[in-house]
Amino acid sequence: MFITNIKRIFKTGFVNFCRNSLVSFSAIFVMIATLTTILALILSNVLLSSALDQIKNKIDINVYTTIDASPDEIFQLKETLEVLPEVDNIEYISREQALLNFRERHRDDNLTLQALEELDENPLGAVLNIKAKEISQYAGIASFLESEAVLLGYGDNIIEKVNYYNNKIAIDKLNKIINAVKNFGFASAVILIIVSILITFNTIRLTIFISRKEIGVMRLVGANNNFIQGPFLIEGFFYGLTSAISTTIIFYLILLWTNPFIENMFFLDLLSYFNSHIFSIFFILVGIGSSLGIVSSIFAVRTYLKV
Amino acid sequence: MIYFDKVTKIYQDKIKVVDDLSLTIEPEEFVSIVGYSGAGKTTLLKMFLAEETPTNGYIFFESTDINKIKNSKMGKYRQRIGTVFQDFKLLPNRTAYENVAFAMESAGKTDAEISSDVPHVLNLVDLGDKMWSFPRELSGGEQQRVAIARAIVNQPDVLVADEPTGNLDPHNMKDIINILKKINELGTTVILTTHNKEVIDLLGNNRVITMEKGKIVRDKNGGYQL
Repeated sequence: MFITNIKRIFKTGFVNFCRNSLVSFSAIFVMIATLTTILALILSNVLLSSALDQIKNKIDINVYTTIDASPDEIFQLKETLEVLPEVDNIEYISREQALLNFRERHRDDNLTLQALEELDENPLGAVLNIKAKEISQYAGIASFLESEAVLLGYGDNIIEKVNYYNNKIAIDKLNKIINAVKNFGFASAVILIIVSILITFNTIRLTIFISRKEIGVMRLVGANNNFIQGPFLIEGFFYGLTSAISTTIIFYLILLWTNPFIENMFFLDLLSYFNSHIFSIFFILVGIGSSLGIVSSIFAVRTYLKV
Repeated sequence: MIYFDKVTKIYQDKIKVVDDLSLTIEPEEFVSIVGYSGAGKTTLLKMFLAEETPTNGYIFFESTDINKIKNSKMGKYRQRIGTVFQDFKLLPNRTAYENVAFAMESAGKTDAEISSDVPHVLNLVDLGDKMWSFPRELSGGEQQRVAIARAIVNQPDVLVADEPTGNLDPHNMKDIINILKKINELGTTVILTTHNKEVIDLLGNNRVITMEKGKIVRDKNGGYQL
């Protein structure tokens, strides 16, 4: 009997979903809006993190060593720095490479190149490019470089210049912006999601409000509560499923169209990210949509089951 | 079989709709309750269906105190009572067949029972050819016959009909009353409310209870007196 009942509840739910097409359509429409909001927030978060990562990657501290510093001394300094927990990696650029880089950078600047030719020897020292794990850690690394321990370790000071202080303002500002964007993004996401969930909840309540008399009739005919409530839950599930399918398709089409612009702006191929995560995206949407539909239905039907 | 014991119903506006009413209905009786609008007929039936609770007094169905039935057991109780209303109360998104089948599904009948009984009952009320019509495609008389089919398909002990002919023309009215008489002859207790003299005339020498201001003022066989 239990299986027969489950079968009947599914069948009735599906038939109601199809027959009340206008009502289903409005519920699905609102739910698509909700799922679109949620998915848009997920994807913009992906874009934002990727953009921030790229910006972060561009930040480093360059330690310019004196031209007298021997590679041994520089490597010793490099090893000392690598032990620091804040340091992610350190790139060593030899004097020769630094010169090549300089020439390359001033390829079109004949005056500078000519001036360089005038010099007898390479005027550039070797450089250590230090990348920290977090932007906020650069200050720590910079003060370590300033500390006497480092300076005393090599008799002569081999460090010509640390460019952190030039970048400090920019780094601090960027750090603040990144935090603000993260917090603002999170807060607005929470608000948007709550609002759209409430709208969906109310729409489904309205669809069930339309059926309140029927629910009363079913009670009078002798149907028990589970048997009345079941089909509404199935309908709620179908709202979620249909909306999730539609939202996934809509986003795929939008991304097909906008991906070139996005790639241009954020240097991230969002379409291939979407394609490679399509199953998890779809299941997240089905999960959110159907639980929203089912929970709203439970609350809404309950009101009318008291006859 | 059905006992109303000193039942009073006062709504929030403090008007006594049913006033200290006692009444016994025996098995297989055909009881008509007549009275003007507001006499308390419908409230009496609603209390019997546990749609309303009495302010005072008790209602028993056999040995069960209706007001002590838990919400979860209410379905089982109501499956023993068939109901027919003036406004039919069919499920609008289901066909005639599905409306009748719903009552059987609610009672936990098997698919085989449903597919054999539903067409049979619909044929009985002469709707065999309109089984797959939706209520909106049926006339008032046809809708009421679907409602009757739904009410009797589970072979209830009691059939409650609240002004079943109120929305029907005289021709359909006769049809419906004849169907109800037939159901009663087959052994089902029928309780019918009406304010239509013709209905009582059609019922011949059955028991007629007249209500006025929530009280029983006449309880005799046959005859319509207001």
